[in-house]
Amino acid sequence: MEIDPFIFRLSIFILSIFIGYYVVWSVTPSLHTPLMSVTNAISSVIIVGAIIAGLAGNSDDVFNTSSIFGFLAISLAAINIFGGFLVTQRMLAMYKKKKMDK
Amino acid sequence: MLSANLSAIFYLISGVLFILALRGLSSPETSRQGNFFGILGMIIAITVTFLSIGNFSTGFVVVLIFLLIGGLIGAFIAYKIPMTAMPELVAGFHSLVGLAAVFVAIAAFLNPGAFNLGSPGNIKLGSLIEMSIGAAVGAITFSGSIIAFLKLQGIMSGSPITFKGQHPLNAIILISIIVLTYLLCSTQSSNLFWILLAVSFLIGFLLIIPIGGADMPVVISMLNSYSGWAAAGIGFTLENTALIITGALVGSSGAILSYIMCKGMNRSFFNVILGGFGATEQSSSSQNKEQRPVKSGNADDAAFLMKNASSVIIVPGYGMAVAQAQHALREMVDTLKKNDIKVSYAIHPVAGRMPGHMNVLLAEANVPYDEVFELEEINNDFANADVAFVIGANDVTNPVAKTDPQSPIYGMPVLDVEKCKSVLFIKRSLSPGYAGIDNDLFYKENTLMLFADAKKMTEDITKNL
Repeated sequence: MEIDPFIFRLSIFILSIFIGYYVVWSVTPSLHTPLMSVTNAISSVIIVGAIIAGLAGNSDDVFNTSSIFGFLAISLAAINIFGGFLVTQRMLAMYKKKKMDK
Repeated sequence: MLSANLSAIFYLISGVLFILALRGLSSPETSRQGNFFGILGMIIAITVTFLSIGNFSTGFVVVLIFLLIGGLIGAFIAYKIPMTAMPELVAGFHSLVGLAAVFVAIAAFLNPGAFNLGSPGNIKLGSLIEMSIGAAVGAITFSGSIIAFLKLQGIMSGSPITFKGQHPLNAIILISIIVLTYLLCSTQSSNLFWILLAVSFLIGFLLIIPIGGADMPVVISMLNSYSGWAAAGIGFTLENTALIITGALVGSSGAILSYIMCKGMNRSFFNVILGGFGATEQSSSSQNKEQRPVKSGNADDAAFLMKNASSVIIVPGYGMAVAQAQHALREMVDTLKKNDIKVSYAIHPVAGRMPGHMNVLLAEANVPYDEVFELEEINNDFANADVAFVIGANDVTNPVAKTDPQSPIYGMPVLDVEKCKSVLFIKRSLSPGYAGIDNDLFYKENTLMLFADAKKMTEDITKNL
């Protein structure tokens, strides 16, 4: 009997939760705010789904209801991707060690 | 056009890069590299998606335009936002992830053919379940984050909004979401899909309104977690590894942060979720209503105390963010250091409105991160320090948490500020903190209250040093 591909995805999902668990516990508490902004940015990889939806219409029907939702989702996710990564970078650039500035 | 197998490999690579992005945050030195990995992972994921669809006609241009619009708005916000507004920004970003998940789910529901999920009205059962979960969690994340944003921004009152029958109502709505999902999957009716979305928006709203301002660190972390689960749900629908991995990472990240925040307040997760903290009148605080003597001083006294100290520990809190006092504080510390006084900072896990809030503000004011310590690292040092300088913190220094089992914050880990030889406490008035509890520290022998705006007082002290 063949295994449903869903089981493989579920395995990836469960194992990733464990990876997330151990990786996030090792994040230093002083970087918890950048952690939140970067997780924000990466969870916007949902843009992948938005692009598929946006490009689904054929050439004479670019704006059907489904692809319009796709376009909107692209913009929302893009705000997050650019905003999230850039603000993280801005914050991380501020963390300096002692005696660097004097 | 990229083959399905090849693009799956690339999605896996971008998932791994996202893991490395979080891994980088284990120390400030590696964090910037980590952020770069994250950006790289995102570029790979987006490029591969375009290549695997291989449609570069009119639709492609429109997609790029929408991408650019969003990107410009995002970049503009990222450069303009003041560091003190970080909690609002993160809450706002969460709402966008939630809404994007909802939109993708709607698009997939209306045009399942584009995602290989079947045809409208005949969507594969598994995909429909995953899609409904993604859409429902996304909708909850969206409306919940909007409320959190409004509360943090001060547009909506930070005090908990409670009403009779709140919990039964929420329970009924949550059950109805499950029933609706079941009915949707058996009938494929689009009406049910819209009702499911509407009800999920409603429950997100209802879940967050009873939670008070001081509990915002938990709420933000929790919504962070939700946004991850929503992404994972959509990831299952789209059979996309990058999304599944990311969703799991973000989901567990937010869950861990919520746990850390709850522990910092010694409260259970359910206790926070069920809300209403700070609204209940506590007997222990009302009993002690009689006036107790308080020593108060001015900037001159404070400067004198600090000049004669050999070590000072600074305890910042949300009030510092409100008063934007971090730069003034840093100037004061510079002056102290010139006088060979040892200065360190003590950060309570729930100081501020989101995890790590104080650390970012201090970093913004150019405070080196190796002078900033967490509660467990520094708590023993208070006994040996000469002066504790409490600026904008309150409940996290309250010794009642250790002494009075009747107190609502009893058992919460607090900074042992009262063990210092003297305590300088900047506060605008004697009013209790967000938890609504009187702070015993105000009335201690060795406490000198400085009644003023945090920024102005800090500047005055610097002048007097």
